[in-house]
Amino acid sequence: MSEPFEPVIIGFTCNWCSYRAADLAGTARIKYPPNVRLIRLMCSGRLDPTFVLKALSGGADAVLITGCHPGECHYIEQNYKALRRYLLLRRTLVQMGVEPQRLKLVWASAAEGVRLASEITKLVEEIRSLGPLNWPTSTNGQVEIFEPLEVPA
Amino acid sequence: MTERIGVYVCHCGTNIAGMVDVEGVAKWAAEKLNHRGVVIARDYKFMCSSLGQELIQKDIHELGLTRVVVAACSPHLHEQTFRNACKQAGLNPYLCELVSIREQVSWVHTDKAAATEKSKAVVSSGVERVIWNEPLEPIRVPIHPDSLVVGGGIAGIQAALEIADAGYHVYLVEREPSIGGHMAQFDKTFPTLDCSACILTPKMVQAGSHPNITLMTWSEVTQVDGYVGNFTVTIKQKPRYVNAELCTGCGICQEKCPKKVIDDVYEAGLGNRKVIYNPFPQAVPKYPVLDRPNCTYFNKGTCKACEKFCPTGAIDFNQTDEYFQVNVGNIILATGFDLFDPLRIPQYGYKRLANVYTSLEFERLCNAAGPTNGNIVLRDGVTIPKTVGIVHCVGSRDKNYNAYCSSICCMQSLKFAHLVHERTGAEVYNFYIDIRTPSKGYEEFYQRLLEEGTHFVRGKVAEVTTAARDPKEEGKLIIQVEDTLIGKQRRIPVDMVILSAGIEPRSDSKETAHLFGLSCSADGWMIERHPKLDPVATMTEGIYIAGCVQGPKDIPASVVQGAAAAARVLGKIQQKEIALEPIRASVDQDKCSGCRICNNLCPFNAILFHEDLMVSEVNPALCQGCGTCVAACPAGAISGTGFSNEQILAQMDGLLLHNIQALNV
Repeated sequence: MSEPFEPVIIGFTCNWCSYRAADLAGTARIKYPPNVRLIRLMCSGRLDPTFVLKALSGGADAVLITGCHPGECHYIEQNYKALRRYLLLRRTLVQMGVEPQRLKLVWASAAEGVRLASEITKLVEEIRSLGPLNWPTSTNGQVEIFEPLEVPA
Repeated sequence: MTERIGVYVCHCGTNIAGMVDVEGVAKWAAEKLNHRGVVIARDYKFMCSSLGQELIQKDIHELGLTRVVVAACSPHLHEQTFRNACKQAGLNPYLCELVSIREQVSWVHTDKAAATEKSKAVVSSGVERVIWNEPLEPIRVPIHPDSLVVGGGIAGIQAALEIADAGYHVYLVEREPSIGGHMAQFDKTFPTLDCSACILTPKMVQAGSHPNITLMTWSEVTQVDGYVGNFTVTIKQKPRYVNAELCTGCGICQEKCPKKVIDDVYEAGLGNRKVIYNPFPQAVPKYPVLDRPNCTYFNKGTCKACEKFCPTGAIDFNQTDEYFQVNVGNIILATGFDLFDPLRIPQYGYKRLANVYTSLEFERLCNAAGPTNGNIVLRDGVTIPKTVGIVHCVGSRDKNYNAYCSSICCMQSLKFAHLVHERTGAEVYNFYIDIRTPSKGYEEFYQRLLEEGTHFVRGKVAEVTTAARDPKEEGKLIIQVEDTLIGKQRRIPVDMVILSAGIEPRSDSKETAHLFGLSCSADGWMIERHPKLDPVATMTEGIYIAGCVQGPKDIPASVVQGAAAAARVLGKIQQKEIALEPIRASVDQDKCSGCRICNNLCPFNAILFHEDLMVSEVNPALCQGCGTCVAACPAGAISGTGFSNEQILAQMDGLLLHNIQALNV
């Protein structure tokens, strides 16, 4: 009997709100599925859409973007820029044949540990039922690794 | 050159080890990540302990480690700890990464196998990322020795006095005509029953006359630019229409002013004041303020009685708003609270039934300088109440209004009960949910009230009504309440009802937060850097919060926070310069094509464009390191130290275990 599909999801959090929300979920011992692996950025505005594409092409089945609520960004308004990029990116992904549910945006303040955990749980269940992304990698199936450049001594 | 990486997996007692096979993760890292540069991988019970840190330091010395990865708790807790440990061993602190396998793994997952696998991925991501870390030095900025305190209540006054007494200059900005805040409105303070004005006014006078304090009342901050150590603040001083150089504070203008209006700020709507007024006799500064919207001269062009009678010619109808720009190194926000408006609970009858009072109104009633000269009488100004009902938790502990407890109202209600006993001998009923008396002397105060014969009814008041059901209730206010301790509904007729209304953030707290670049919670209270360990700092370096702006608290706690914020500021000023995290963006001018997409993305105006060279440049002093421009640059010409593309993509490779898969190919 084959193993049930367990999605791998990459999540981007912002240092000030959503990462602290994730920490709060931890401190409060709120349980959520282990499928999401988080990357901490200083701000959701740091999110380059190519990160999302790299994640999906690298084996992730979905990407979660989180940040401070609009109006509460630690850097004033950068989450609005993240929002603009997310909207355009989602459309682009659909045109590339990726289901829009595989990119999710959640605004979470530092106090919303419970909410973040429940959004993660919802996302995992949704992607589990959607199935693996199976993004074709390179032609011979090799996965590229991002090698550090040689730095001259 | 491959780096020499040390990996340290913490047990954190059983916090991590209970859910994650920490030895297994360390072994896995040593074996599977060896080809990526991991030369040693250890697990240890408490990495943050001195012994744990010494493990790292020993390996740096003996194994020549060039990078360190610790897998333990949240970087928000111990990143500094491990970075300092590395620094002491001679390794640049920014070459050390702390990845969380506790808050993000062991505490939130229930499947041990899955948690262990995820921990391996997290360690792998730390290893890949740290390879790309660069040795960085913190950025040093000078600290301007002047400070700004916004809000002249007890917290703000305390903060200003502490900084001024230490020898540094402070601007104290207050929106009202006088400093003093809400504490100036109270009659007595719990639990000592000190006269509020008697303990407050000496501090007010000190603040008003201190050589190091520039007092700016009737003023507001309109703009804040800059960053810690170098803020440029614009302050608008509204016109008093009184020339402070000439005014002696004699008060003749107030006597002669023919027009009275309701004072709904200081007297809480209970009393009147003149159009040109001092809010209370002990106001600091002593110069009165002319209330322009109500002034007959400004409305109709006549009167001018104040000008006629002023012996020094201090009235100046031509004053306008004045703007001042000041440079300060640190800011303390102490803007206080607003009272919950009981009109939102119509069944309590506030403003509909005459003898229902709010707590602030009752304070004015008790105050000897108040509208009834301190006599506790009904709205007719004459009748002394024979029974008084005090309702606790009005608008607090109530998910229909505010879920939180307002902290001070139980003690305030007990204080009111005592004052009513003392001055009127009336029967007093307190309607409570719990009696909250946590601080020094508070529980003893409650016992005293019990001995005084106060009636305590445990139950939330359902309504206050005048609809009498029998002759005994005619002409009274009837409090309908469930007495939960006897399990019965009760109707208690009283003459006066005092609503202990909860306290709320200021109605404009969201605008204030935006002005200073702070965050406030959904409730409206300003968010502190850490609720347990750092209640006066905010996420913005150089801006502190003190008093009720941070959350409901009593006077001693407000004083403490004012003093704590002042101590933090003094610590910064004393160091003369401060080290900032070197997380900044920088433009590679060779790659920049001058498209200027980045210029408008920066909310701190940190990016300038060189017209002559046709390239953009980031000012590292203004840049806050958000990275938005880094993400936006189409040429990839902007890099972000600490969060470069290489670092983030490497982290992702590690999380997806590409570095292990590469082994199998």
